[in-house]
Amino acid sequence: MTATGIGAPVRRKEDFRFVTGRGRYVDDINRPGQAYAFFVRSPHAHANIRGIDASAALAHPGVLSVLTGDDIAADKVGGLICGWAIFNKDGSPMRAGPHPALAQGKVRYVGDHVAVVIAETLAAARDGAEKVAVDYEVLPAAADIAAARKSGAPQIHEAAPNNAVFDWHLGDKAATDAAFARARHVTKLEIVNNRLAPNPMEPRAAVGEYDFGSDSFTLYTTSQNPHVARLVLSAFIGIAPEHKLRVVAPDVGGGFGSKIFIYAEETVCVWASRKVGRPVKWTCDRTEAFLCDAHGRDHVTHAELAIGDNNRIIGLRVHTDANLGAYLSTFASSVPTYLYAPLLSGQYDIPAIYAQVDAWYTNTAPVDAYRGAGRPEATFVVERLVEVAARELRMDPAEFRRANFVRTFPHQTPVIMAYDAGDYEASLKKAQEMHDVKGFGARKAASAAKGKLRGLGYSAYIEACGIAPSAAVGSLGAGVGLWESAEVRVNPIGTVEILTGSHSHGQGHETTFAQLVSDRLGIPIDNVSIVHGDTDKVQMGMGTYGSRSGAVGMSAIYKALDKIEAKAKKVAAHVLEASETDIEFKDGKFTVKGTDKAADFGTIALNAYIAHKFSGQELEPGLKESAFWDPTNFTFPAGVHICEVEFDPADGVVRIDRWTAVDDFGKVINPLIVEGQVHGGIAQGVGQALYEGAVYDEAGQLVTASYMDYCMPRADNLPSYNVGMTVTPCPSNPLGIKGCGEAGAIAAPPAVINAITDALGHENISMPATPEKVWRAAQGVVPRQAAE
Amino acid sequence: MYEFTHHAATSVADAVGALGEGKFLAGGQTLLPTMKQRLAMPGHLVDLGKVAELRGVEEKGDVLVVKAMTRHVEVATSALVARAVPGLEKLAGMIGDPAVRNRGTIGGSIANNDPTADYPAACLALKATIVTNTRRISADDYFTGLFSTALEDGELITAVEFPKAKLHYAKFPNPASRYAMVGVAIVKGADGVRVAVTGSGGDGVFRWSEAEAKLKADFSAGALEGMKADAAGMMSDIHGSAEYRAHLVGVMARRALSES
Ligand SMILES: Cc1cc2nc3c(=O)[nH]c(=O)nc-3n(C[C@H](O)[C@H](O)[C@H](O)COP(=O)(O)OP(=O)(O)OC[C@H]3O[C@@H](n4cnc5c(N)ncnc54)[C@H](O)[C@@H]3O)c2cc1C
Repeated sequence: MTATGIGAPVRRKEDFRFVTGRGRYVDDINRPGQAYAFFVRSPHAHANIRGIDASAALAHPGVLSVLTGDDIAADKVGGLICGWAIFNKDGSPMRAGPHPALAQGKVRYVGDHVAVVIAETLAAARDGAEKVAVDYEVLPAAADIAAARKSGAPQIHEAAPNNAVFDWHLGDKAATDAAFARARHVTKLEIVNNRLAPNPMEPRAAVGEYDFGSDSFTLYTTSQNPHVARLVLSAFIGIAPEHKLRVVAPDVGGGFGSKIFIYAEETVCVWASRKVGRPVKWTCDRTEAFLCDAHGRDHVTHAELAIGDNNRIIGLRVHTDANLGAYLSTFASSVPTYLYAPLLSGQYDIPAIYAQVDAWYTNTAPVDAYRGAGRPEATFVVERLVEVAARELRMDPAEFRRANFVRTFPHQTPVIMAYDAGDYEASLKKAQEMHDVKGFGARKAASAAKGKLRGLGYSAYIEACGIAPSAAVGSLGAGVGLWESAEVRVNPIGTVEILTGSHSHGQGHETTFAQLVSDRLGIPIDNVSIVHGDTDKVQMGMGTYGSRSGAVGMSAIYKALDKIEAKAKKVAAHVLEASETDIEFKDGKFTVKGTDKAADFGTIALNAYIAHKFSGQELEPGLKESAFWDPTNFTFPAGVHICEVEFDPADGVVRIDRWTAVDDFGKVINPLIVEGQVHGGIAQGVGQALYEGAVYDEAGQLVTASYMDYCMPRADNLPSYNVGMTVTPCPSNPLGIKGCGEAGAIAAPPAVINAITDALGHENISMPATPEKVWRAAQGVVPRQAAE
Repeated sequence: MYEFTHHAATSVADAVGALGEGKFLAGGQTLLPTMKQRLAMPGHLVDLGKVAELRGVEEKGDVLVVKAMTRHVEVATSALVARAVPGLEKLAGMIGDPAVRNRGTIGGSIANNDPTADYPAACLALKATIVTNTRRISADDYFTGLFSTALEDGELITAVEFPKAKLHYAKFPNPASRYAMVGVAIVKGADGVRVAVTGSGGDGVFRWSEAEAKLKADFSAGALEGMKADAAGMMSDIHGSAEYRAHLVGVMARRALSES
């Protein structure tokens, strides 16, 4: 391992720019002649629009234009799309209503986009927006699943009778029912996976610009996948053909999934820039972000686990109701289906699994992927079930897990996934040691002596990352392929630019991708730069989500580097006057087998471009290669997290006393960055378990529309983490990488709740486990020492 | 934010004279966010930031005088405060976060009378006197309900006078906002025992007379064992029901005495 190669804890190259305020985010971009957009948003969860009178707004000084759904329809700009087709049990397609970028006759959630005011200044746009008179006919609202599915519930979309979007299933129902029929014990749980608001540090923003000279658009936007944004805006929404539309996603300050999607505001900015003949900028404020960024989770699940002889799990059955909000966001339909149910086998060898998922429209913000997307929901189901089952069987929860671990690979689960590699026992053992599980009894006794309750909870999670083989996801309904592209441009002096379709918005690609190149070509890391986030520079890409940039994005780079090496060897053969088959390349040096002839990488790069040593007819000059990598399988990061909590039953405030995480991410490129990803993921998972919840009242008003009410985890809520790793290299990509971006958020929630319920001695608590809920649950629970 | 004019006052007289239909601007920690959200729309601001006579902490006989523009950080770190009214410096140190404490002022806090703010509990428990440009108001008469006070239009708080005594204060922060969900201030002073509760009352800060009666006989946490406040009239929201808040009042009162 070199100091900057694979496996080295290189400090992030990009951080100097970020922490010194020199990043360049969308809101930092100002175009000549720029105007400002402010959206008129629905104050009602459900209403018909009888009319919009913009005359007073248009008369306001500085207001340039007020655009509504009628204008966007007149220009034949299409609605926003959902890119994953799900089919009902009877084979019919899901029932999706239209999703116009500006409301057409009806609004369906608080914050829905009614009109946009474009003005010389943001203040004038806001003033104008206040003067747009909208005549609403307020309708009854259905703000949650229970309200939406009731008979006589308000009809949100004509296309979806009873607000039912789809009823989907996966697995073998008959085999699963049979397993339950012969089970010795059945564990049942009712689970609510609470709704979350994503809260990236940088809110969304967009600048749309139309160039009359070239008849082309540019959209600067906070996107995790600018190429997909261009594809959707071009092929589906119809803003402009792809060669007339450039999408730039510069520095982006976090996304957690919420910036994958193609939203109304970005669409409107780019469309309106031609309409008003001026660049149009919109920057979301925090309240708008709470109202309109796609939320995450929001499942209600009935889950059952069947246990047979020898404490072996023989079946798992779930029925999940998923709230998709008022419209189907870009990947909304995939999250509670193919990103969820295929993970229900967890780390366990379960012969029969059946999942039924019903999805519903409600008068709330759209719900889509949020860090983990479906996998946290699945992990919460599985890891709560096994913990509770163990307790019911009076078994140590770790031993119960051990008894059921998958131990041979590859392992085909009954729900699509074929696990390729792993060692779950190794992670559990290491986590138990690092955590000092043995000392728990003494710690619990010490807590009891202070009148406090203490509990320990496990989470042995698995997830599917590196999404995904294009043919596989295509067969499951995805509208796109999920490969990644890379281009390696070697400059004449041997410096390298990597163009990637992945997009970094906190992941540290500028460092890890450069480490791969430095390692492979034997050149200093500072001689490598990473180019991403601009459709004019990078030809095509699928973006960053689902922890795919390492496993898929870097594999594409790896493949392109193979081609670079092959071509460079040809050049080297001419330069070193040897046969190509005798050229060897190692540590940045080309050598001729059996001789002391050598040339460094820079020399060969220069020769590739000056082309003096070979005939241009025989060998093309230059050193630039590209590759697309389509993975052969998902990757399966897995691990064990242990959370230990303590609380005073008098107030119910849960304090996390210690946290141990042992993860198997396959091969690790940069342990520093990986550990950072684990820390951040755990923080978000703890947020879900203890603090966060996006809450609507019955009328569909968002109660948690600011940080005064939406509780984000803070540094003082979190312990110092004990992070360890085990490694089983991933066989499905050349680097052996599995992915680490979501693991913490997936692992953490059940670990926390399992710890709290361990302390309470009963299972009756839901997320977020607020002080009041814990206080209520702890009534009558007396602190005492551990059972043994 | 709507447009407004700004006047940097140089003295109390200048500030009061220049106010007109406007509003005083102190630390801006409440006023500016509400203006940005367009919930407040004053056309004119009189900035108190440069009024020297409104700054500072001093001892005057048996009272501690905290002038209106004294920032929370100054109270939190003042040796004089810690000596004269021990506990008040801790309370100031619990307000918001460092950025808020570096800007927010006692005058702004008391003028705003947020039902979840900390200072009102200290003022009421210590029976402070709110001094304005025209009169002196006892804390007993000053806090009149949610965000409402005895201040007249255009009246300027110049200082708060605290009788010297030890302040016992325990705060249960709202997990999201970190304002007080329940804050209990207890003082045994010249006026006997006073217990003031902030954060939970539906009408803002209030005195808990049942606890005062118990503590008169026995000034200890043990005297309050098993007690909780009356849930009727308590605030109730997603962070805590009236019942939970009423329970926490008892818990925090006991902690105020046992831990501070
Ligand atoms: C993130 C955050 C967290 C916070 N957490 C807490 C907390 O935990 N506990 C807590 O108690 N507070 C908290 N606060 C409130 C803060 O501490 C300030 O006390 C409060 O914002 C008001 O003080 P200010 O000096 O900023 O007043 P401003 O915002 O400037 O003014 C507030 C109001 O008082 C009026 N006013 C100001 N000074 C005078 C005066 N001398 N005479 C008459 N009227 C006057 C103004 O006209 C205005 O109407 C928090 C605030 C924020 C932003």
